[in-house]
This record gives sequence, structure tokens and C-alpha cells, in this order.
Amino acid sequence: MKSEKWKPWALLAPSLSAVVLLLVIPVCFVIVYSFWLRAPSGADIPAFQLGNYAKFFEDFFYPGILIRTIRIAFETVILCVVMGYIPAYFFYRSESRYKQIFLLLIMLPFWVSFIIRTMSWINIMGDSGLINHVLIKIGLIETPFSMLYNEFTVLMGLLMYLLPFMVLNIYVSLEGIDKSLLEAARCMGCTEWQAFREVTLPLSLPGVSAGCLLVFVLTAGTYLPPMILGGPGNDMIANLIFKRVIGTLDWPFGSAISVILLSLLFVIVWTYNRYLGINQIFKSFQGN
Amino acid sequence: MATVTKEKLDRVYDAYCNGRISRRHFMKYLGLAGASLGLIGTPFAGAVRDALAAKSIRFDGWGGSVSEAFREHAFKPFTKATGIEVIDGEFGDMNSYLTRVKASYPPGGEFNIAHLSAVFDYARYVELGFSSVLDESKIPNLNNVMPSMIKPLREITKGSLSAVPYDLGQTGIAYNTKHISKEKAEKLGASLLWDKDLKGKMGSWGGDFRTNMWYAALHTNQSPNNMTDLKAIWAALREQRGLMKKYWASGAELMSLLANEEIYATVAWSGRVAALQQEGHPIGYLSPKGTYSWMEYLFVLKGTDLDVAQQLLNFMLEPAAAIAVAEGQNYPPSLDPTKVALTDKIKKMPAFDPTGKLDGYLFANPSYWNSHQVEWTEKWDRIKAGS
Repeated sequence: MKSEKWKPWALLAPSLSAVVLLLVIPVCFVIVYSFWLRAPSGADIPAFQLGNYAKFFEDFFYPGILIRTIRIAFETVILCVVMGYIPAYFFYRSESRYKQIFLLLIMLPFWVSFIIRTMSWINIMGDSGLINHVLIKIGLIETPFSMLYNEFTVLMGLLMYLLPFMVLNIYVSLEGIDKSLLEAARCMGCTEWQAFREVTLPLSLPGVSAGCLLVFVLTAGTYLPPMILGGPGNDMIANLIFKRVIGTLDWPFGSAISVILLSLLFVIVWTYNRYLGINQIFKSFQGN
Repeated sequence: MATVTKEKLDRVYDAYCNGRISRRHFMKYLGLAGASLGLIGTPFAGAVRDALAAKSIRFDGWGGSVSEAFREHAFKPFTKATGIEVIDGEFGDMNSYLTRVKASYPPGGEFNIAHLSAVFDYARYVELGFSSVLDESKIPNLNNVMPSMIKPLREITKGSLSAVPYDLGQTGIAYNTKHISKEKAEKLGASLLWDKDLKGKMGSWGGDFRTNMWYAALHTNQSPNNMTDLKAIWAALREQRGLMKKYWASGAELMSLLANEEIYATVAWSGRVAALQQEGHPIGYLSPKGTYSWMEYLFVLKGTDLDVAQQLLNFMLEPAAAIAVAEGQNYPPSLDPTKVALTDKIKKMPAFDPTGKLDGYLFANPSYWNSHQVEWTEKWDRIKAGS
């Protein structure tokens, strides 16, 4: 009925307004800014030119940081899958009455500020931190072993931040698997490992791929772990954007880098959609 | 004006559900409610808040022990004396604050007074059009301030003032006395920051090209305000990068790295070093010849209620308040020691000058450094990142 057509739009209006006001319009501003010029004082000069984009690609410095970001994002995804699948599977198979408490433990880190969680590693891995203190006390080393401010600690910070996202995605996907399928596989002669490999793993892949996409996108845009736990040369692309926008007041160039990052992420999401289907993400939450 | 209250909206909603009101009228009330919310939010936020708020003024400073000193010794007594509330904001560095000022609506309009770090920042704010013109007759305590600190400001704003000088300090070298002897530090001077024995134990301020280039200039025997051999500067910074454990990003991080002995030597703000020393950490302070000195100002931004701002500035320059703040933040005040009796604690602080003339102090030349800011910041960022 014609008179009913406005209803879905009316219901969607609040969320659509939020998306337009908080996402679409700001992104449009960023795109417009990326063509502007910056005065030496830090003032912005309206213009339409591609100099900011040309500057990004004129030598390998900026693309190098982008490539490093992508590499670190892939490494984080792999680590999160490997380290996230096991606890998710454990929760899925667990019949323990403490299962809900275990799940709550996964969420527990979110109760503490991300900055505090990241900085706490300094007290654990620092030269006068817990690990060095214990190693010196038990006589394994005489002088502190330097562990902080390198790419390893950046990866660790990212893992700590993103692992719960991966675990929850995989767990929700696993929970949607009908356990009678596993019983059927076992009845037909499959070993436990074969049942996992042939039934559980393929059916949980939507959750794995949803978690991968989420972890990848979040890693590509994060800047706190490299800033707090990284050393010289461990900056990622978000740190570069932060420095250009905040450090040098160069909003046009910062915007151009943001647009390049956004475009790259768009290509990755598009590729994901093309070959895996973005609807897999929703499937992982609906069960299979 | 009719006020849209929750009760009225509930009554309208009931009427709509019962079919006693048309959709058009219902939407009108919803629209009015939305408009009310919109007025409270941006972009009219400033105007509405100003109209509704009692007299108040916003002050943004460096946070930590510095802000604590301002709060305890200046803002609380000021509010008690005048009834004007001081809204106390904080920033981590000048650039992030300037970004917020630039992004405010109207630009600069949400902010009132800022604790600026040096004359070059005063110049930047003036160039961006954020300055105001203070009525100096309403700030009689300005007469107690060192003329040598006022003069550079007048040169930039052509005789008028948009800020009052408040304190001065240095970015010198902090070193761990357990691992570096005083004799060695004094012998090496600025070159201590290039000591290969400290590989993996060195720190520096990552957020400021100026400080790093300044010490590279001293290390390569050049004048920081007229560097003639930039290649030598970049080479020195690249060499130093190999020794570096961490480029720190804030005063709090600087103090944590030194206190936890993650680093043994770094450029450091004199007040923060004094705070560490007072806590009993084995940290020495070195100010080699040509040490980077700076003067800090309380800058009044365009659009601020000048009467209120001038009252606060005059109150803060009152000797009792200025001395208490100086002792709290560990930086000497701008008060002229030849006019105002200062305490022994202040007289022992780095950067204190008993003559009040500041002869021999080396400050960053605003026009020289500001004119190269974009180019040198980018170069510094590249070197820091390994280029």
C-alpha cells in the first residue's frame, strides 16, 4: 500500500541520520580537505589540486609506512586466528557450568581503558618491570633484558586489543553449528579430528572470516599500540595521520593520507565481498 | 516563549495514539523538541551555553603537576575571591591544542586563556588571527613582570599585548646519576646525547623537531638560531636515532621512562626534572652552554570576555599567587626579582635569573623557526621513522 511506504524510512530515519551526520558528512569533509593547501602558519587555503596525493607517492617513505601497516595488520590477523580459535572452540565444546564466566572473562579487558591496558605492559616488560625483576631475582640474568619498544611489543599490544573480537566472532559462529551434525559424523566413522576438520571447521569459517575482516580494519586504523609500545621506526599509518593533523596542523595532507587509507580498506572490503560475501559476517551471528 | 516539556510531549503522544491529534501536529511537537536539542548542541552551543552559564572562563594548560599548581594556588583562590569559575582544561602538547582551537566554532571561540609555551607559539596564534588586545591598565600587576619577557611580545603584536608572561624554563638534559657521572655529563655537554655508551638507553621528545634540532646544532657547534650546515644536523639526528630507545610523547611519559630507568639520558623539561629529583629519583640535570630556554605566556584568545580574563590575569600575577604557582610547577615566575622578593626555592630553580634581564639566555627566534616549521617537521618525522 502506498501509504505504508514511509514507515520503513521513518523507522530507519534515526540510524540513517546518525550514519549521515557522523560518518558520511565527516568523510566528505575529509575528502574536500585533501585537495586544499596549507599555509606556513597552519591556516588552510581552499583549493583544488592533487599535490597532497602526489606528495604521498613521490618517494617510498609514506607508501613504506602504509605497506608496514598492511603487513602488521596481516600478522595480527594470523595471530588472532591462531590464538582465538582455540579458546572459542573450548567455550563451544565446554559443558562446564562456569562456561558463562569464561565468556565473561573474554569481555573483561573491555572494562579497563585501552590506554591503561596498553601502558600496563610497560610495568610488566620494562627494564624494571615484573619479568626482568623476577629473572634477576632468580639469578637467570644479571642486567635487565630489554623487551619493550619494538615491533614485537606493538604486535602484542594489538593482539591484546583485538583478540576478544576474534574469539567472540568465532564463538558465535561455532555456537550456531548444530551439534547433531558432529554426532552424525562420528556415527559414520569419523574420528574426533576428522569431524572437526570436515564439519566444524568449514562451518565456522564465516565467523573466522568476519573476525579477520574486523581485526584487519581495526588494526589498520589504530595508533595507540605503536605510539605507546613502539620504538623508532614502528609507526603505522594512523600515527602518520595523527602527526600530520595534530603535529604540523597540515590537515590537507593528513586528509589525503586518510583518504588513501580509506580507499585501500574499501578495496579490501570489496575484495572480501567479491570472494567471500559480506553477508558471511551476518551469517556468523545468525548461525549457519 | 512556550517551553516544550517532557510532560507536554507525553500528553501529545497519548493524544496521537488515541487519534485525538493529527500527524502534522505530532510532528510539529517532535520538531520543536528536536530544535531544542539542536540548540543545546553545536553549532549554537557556545551562544546558548554563554547565555545560560554563570560567569566563568576557560583555562587550558599542560596538565599534571603544572595544572595542579594552577588549580591550587590560582584558580581556587580566584573563584573564592570573585565568584568566577575557572574551567580547567588540559593539553598534552601545543600542537594538539592549536588543532582543537582551530577546529572550534567559531575558530578559537570555545577557548579563552591558554598557557602557551614560547614566543614562537605567540607568533603562530597571532598569525592565525586568534589574538586579542588586552587593556593593560586593568592588569596593574604587569608592572612586576620582567620587561625582558614582555618586549618580544610587543614586537609581534605591534605594541599591544594578547598575553602576559608567566614563567620561564629550560629544555636541558636529564641523566641517571647511577649510570652517568656528573663529571662525564659536564665534560660531554650536549654531546652526552650522542654518547655511544648509552646505546639503547637514550630518549628524546618525539613530538618536537625544534628541541631535537636545537641539540643537534649544539652538538655540531652551530648556533641553534642560525644553522648553516643542515646536512650536519640531519646526519647527527640520524646517528642519534641509532642510540634511541624511545621518542617520548608527553611529560608524564618522560618522567615514567626516567623514573623506571628505561632510559638513562634524554632532553627534558627542567620543571619535570625538578619534580623527579624531589621524589628522590637519581636524576641529574645538565644545562650546557646554549641550553634551550623558553618563556611561557597566558594567552587570551579572540572572543574572550576581556574583563573577566584581565581580572584573572591580574590575580595570577599577584606575587603571592605567582610564587605559589611557581613553587608548585617548579618553573621560575615572570616576576622581576629586582622588584619582588622571591623565595629560596625559586632562586635554586634552573632558568632562574636574579638580574631579571635574561642576558645570555638563548631563546628560539620565532621568525627563524616558524618559517621553516613545515619543512623541518617533515624532515624530522622522516629521520625519526628511519628515513
